[in-house]
Amino acid sequence: MGLDVLSFSILNSVLYGMLLFLLASGLTLIFSMMGVLNFAHASFFMVGAYLGYELSKDIGFFPALVLAPLIVGVLGALVERYGLRRVHRFGHLGELLFTFGLAFVIEEAVQMIWGRSSQNFGVPAALDFTAFELFGTGYPAFRVFMLVVAVAVFAGLWLLLTKTRVGLIVKASLTHPEMVSMLGHNVPMVFMAVFGVGSALAGIAGVIAGPVLVTQPSMAASLGPILFVIVVVGGLGSLSGAFIASLIIGFIQTFAVAIDLSVRDVFGWLGVSEAPTFLGPVFTDAWGVSVAQLGPVIPYLLLVVMLIFRPAGLVGKRG
Amino acid sequence: MSRPETDIRAETLLGIRDLEAWYGKSHILHGVTLDVRRGEIVSLLGRNGAGRSTLLKAVMGAIRTTGRVDFAGTDLVGRKPHQIAHAGIGYVPESRDVFPELTVRENLILGLKPGGEGRWSLEEIYDLFPVLRTRADTRAGALSGGEQQMLTICRTLIGDPELIMVDEPTEGLAPKMVAAIGTLLERIAARGVSILLVEQKLVIALDISHRVYVMGHGEIVFEGTPAALMQSAEVRAEWLEV
Repeated sequence: MGLDVLSFSILNSVLYGMLLFLLASGLTLIFSMMGVLNFAHASFFMVGAYLGYELSKDIGFFPALVLAPLIVGVLGALVERYGLRRVHRFGHLGELLFTFGLAFVIEEAVQMIWGRSSQNFGVPAALDFTAFELFGTGYPAFRVFMLVVAVAVFAGLWLLLTKTRVGLIVKASLTHPEMVSMLGHNVPMVFMAVFGVGSALAGIAGVIAGPVLVTQPSMAASLGPILFVIVVVGGLGSLSGAFIASLIIGFIQTFAVAIDLSVRDVFGWLGVSEAPTFLGPVFTDAWGVSVAQLGPVIPYLLLVVMLIFRPAGLVGKRG
Repeated sequence: MSRPETDIRAETLLGIRDLEAWYGKSHILHGVTLDVRRGEIVSLLGRNGAGRSTLLKAVMGAIRTTGRVDFAGTDLVGRKPHQIAHAGIGYVPESRDVFPELTVRENLILGLKPGGEGRWSLEEIYDLFPVLRTRADTRAGALSGGEQQMLTICRTLIGDPELIMVDEPTEGLAPKMVAAIGTLLERIAARGVSILLVEQKLVIALDISHRVYVMGHGEIVFEGTPAALMQSAEVRAEWLEV
């Protein structure tokens, strides 16, 4: 791997990691509050991408970047207020099934409105240039912009959670909702707001990722499982854990693609160039599989290993 | 500690009438009627399971109730806990429930109502309990049991309630801390705040209360002055002594 590929892979890893964290942070906050993984979280990300695409055509990309997440946030708040809150009394299983069903409903709705094929959601012209060159290769300005947006959102979220009274109310409500309400705070409204903000964060991720990833109906289903890996590996309910896990997955997925190493290569260094025939044809196939081909599986392997050896996650407190 | 006389002309602040309450499907309170006047300390005595803590939770709107809870002229039954807190009732639960990950100061700030400080300022609270000032930036979870109890009471006070309901504040505390809590409750009442106290330690309750109620099986079985309860060996034997 050359120095240029290495530098760009690091940049892309951080970028992808931050994008994942935009989603995982909302999912984690919602989980801490309700004790339920929101299966529809990646669907809000998709709705963000589609709304971003649709609004960009009329009002331009930057207004869409503000408006689309707001709409997604309101949508999330409504889902909490009129859906989850009612289902809550039937226990966690009911809530899980509700969010699971909602993910399908949103996917179908998106297909009914925009169709099954991918949309032509391109990088806005204002950001369609090369930001800088490294070792003779250019890095797109839009990716730098994505990174800046993600970092700015987290700075804002962090300030809100640590420096304001609202942040205190949210943090206290995560562990002692009853006590907080008896001090005079409207906890159900806090929950609705957190759900709304979490959904809006997913919406922001959707708008900035839409032009880079492909805006299509399967984008939620393909991203959802990775989010669960992050939330579990980081430790359920832990924001710092989700941050670390997002970056780890960002690095794994970016670097795995760039590494073209296979079992054959490893044994090649040892002087064994052919697969031993006595192991059979299955092993002969595995002989040639490269890390790049295994890339998509690695996060799930990590999940399995984590659940076996450290089920509480990297930073999690729950067993 | 002295025992001030009850001013019977004082207006009723909290008037509970025929209150029934349920925990899930179990029917816990059976027609409780009880009054707390302005500036009065009223103790609620009885054995574990008599329904005293449930009564406080019922007043706070945390469980299903029927009947009337009149507070300063409005009926609170059916209101949400945060609305009841805004109406002017503070609740200090038995479990203490400090927010362990937040600092002492942050815990206190969460007790403030949007209108800001009322009759108790943050500085005044710190003067009452200098230990809260010196440990203002400590995680509340790191405080001792007695300090946590003080913090919970102060966190409720800073929201400027007209009435505070305190559930077993002295449980598990050292004798010196128990006395300090008693003194604190009297100081609170002296500023015109009414107190409804659930207490297991008879001595404290009799010493600082203007009136006492005894509960058994979800009903009020005795109502009177501490002196009257002291004279009634029968009530004590049947409903209080183990």
